[in-house]
Amino acid sequence: MARRTSSTRKWVATLAAWIVGLVIFFPILWMVLASFKTELEAFSIPPSFVFFHWTLENYAAVQGRSDYVHHAVNSIIIAGGSTLIALLIAIPAAWSMAFAPSRWTRDILLWMLSTKMMPPVGVLVPIYLLYRTFGLLDTRSGLILVLCLGNLPIVVWMLFTYFKEIPKDILEAARMDGATIGRELVYVLMPMAVPGIASTLLLNVILAWNEAFWTLNLSTSEAAPLTVFIASYSSPEGLFWAKLSAASTLAIAPILVLGWFSQRQLVRGLTFGAVK
Amino acid sequence: MTEETRRVGRLSLTPAVALLFVWMIVPLGMTIYFSTLHYSLLNPGTESFVGLENYYYFLADPAFLASMRNTLVLVGSVLAITIVLGTLVALLLDEAVVGRSIVRLMVIAPFFVMPTVSALVWKNLLMHPVSGLFAYIATSLGLTPIDWFADAPLLAIILIVSWQWLPFATLILLTALQSLDEEQKEAAEMDGARAISTFFYITLPHLARPITVVVLIETIFLLTVFAEIFVTTGGGPGLATTNIAFLVYLQALIQFDVGTASAGGLVAVVIANIVAFFLVRVVGRNLDA
Repeated sequence: MARRTSSTRKWVATLAAWIVGLVIFFPILWMVLASFKTELEAFSIPPSFVFFHWTLENYAAVQGRSDYVHHAVNSIIIAGGSTLIALLIAIPAAWSMAFAPSRWTRDILLWMLSTKMMPPVGVLVPIYLLYRTFGLLDTRSGLILVLCLGNLPIVVWMLFTYFKEIPKDILEAARMDGATIGRELVYVLMPMAVPGIASTLLLNVILAWNEAFWTLNLSTSEAAPLTVFIASYSSPEGLFWAKLSAASTLAIAPILVLGWFSQRQLVRGLTFGAVK
Repeated sequence: MTEETRRVGRLSLTPAVALLFVWMIVPLGMTIYFSTLHYSLLNPGTESFVGLENYYYFLADPAFLASMRNTLVLVGSVLAITIVLGTLVALLLDEAVVGRSIVRLMVIAPFFVMPTVSALVWKNLLMHPVSGLFAYIATSLGLTPIDWFADAPLLAIILIVSWQWLPFATLILLTALQSLDEEQKEAAEMDGARAISTFFYITLPHLARPITVVVLIETIFLLTVFAEIFVTTGGGPGLATTNIAFLVYLQALIQFDVGTASAGGLVAVVIANIVAFFLVRVVGRNLDA
């Protein structure tokens, strides 16, 4: 039964919540608005909220100034590639820990968690030098590798928390019926594991898309994803706010949509299952 | 469990463990090794063993103390802001709000914005001393606009990072609140408990664990804030916004001093490990439950 709520309380809470929500969301809204203004209007005081000359010229200019599509493709390949490889490595590992645990399982899980705690600056120097030696600087494969390994602990953990919830009795039953491990995996486990795998994939794509330490340090142009592309706007050249806003809007729109779909998984993934 | 399951289990765990082991041990070993060398990328081939000298230089450098202070102020302030505001926003969203799911979408949105975008949008569209929105609001109220990145650069970074992490704190605390037993709160209300005492005696104790988790996880990420500083202040003016992570970056990739940068990197690792120690304990306890 829901608590009895007086209607005054309800409306006060609603009003307050909407104000808070709008304030927090405002910078994003303001950016999207600015992306449709001319440079002059984006810069003008007093600022205009709705009554300005709406234009799409910034979006065209962004592509013209510095190949946006090229960097967007890099982002997709790097975020997607690192996620898929991480999943390929992590699914067997998480399966093993959830369904065939040994006395080391707990320690291995906690050790994996602790590798995520290592600050990237701690290994910036050797990674940079190794990448320079092996010609991986400013390559997509280099970024895929570093993001894949960096996020692997989170992927294993998330999958593990999902796999652990699949009832073991079902596997016992399949085994009784004489199913081999291979069949058991494909026909019994996979269908039940798909939602968990999908959530993990979603969260990891978001993390990889927004990663801005390794991408800024290991790529400059050829392999640069959108994080680096946007950073190139930090050195202003004339009036550029509207173009910055257009480029930013394009860079965050897809991931914002994905993110909204993955709210609950986010809590689980980022707290290593500690809060569900 | 059959012997075959056990064998397949070991086999399928190996790649992940081996890769993470290599990923952790090789670079870390190299960092430790480099930290004992006099090693500059500007003079390759002249490396020489210097023992702990780099640590002495890194720790005795006034830049270290300044960046340590900045790191602590940044982490501490962002934690305080996001936990306090996050709790308040979560409590608000836990009420019977009309259109809650839309409000929730707006509240969590900043978390999905890439750090370079949030930093540049805040710097140029909001905090610009002449034509930023904050300057306009200040002028309209008859106040003098703040030149954020000249007069209060660290505060500016703190605000930007807090905006990015507020959704995380809110979302986790809200998830925890929603698992709080409705009947428990109801019973407290029936007993005539005032809202304030319900909050302090029932809600807050229930939030203790999620708050701990938020503090620990945010700390891990906040210790290495980088992109926001990289695109807005470049660590300046002077050293005003240089944190440990940025100092190591400056020494490695701007001054090409591999030895000192490696020593600095290890100092960062030690600090993070102290935090990690507690986090692993909290999460590990949960694993048994």
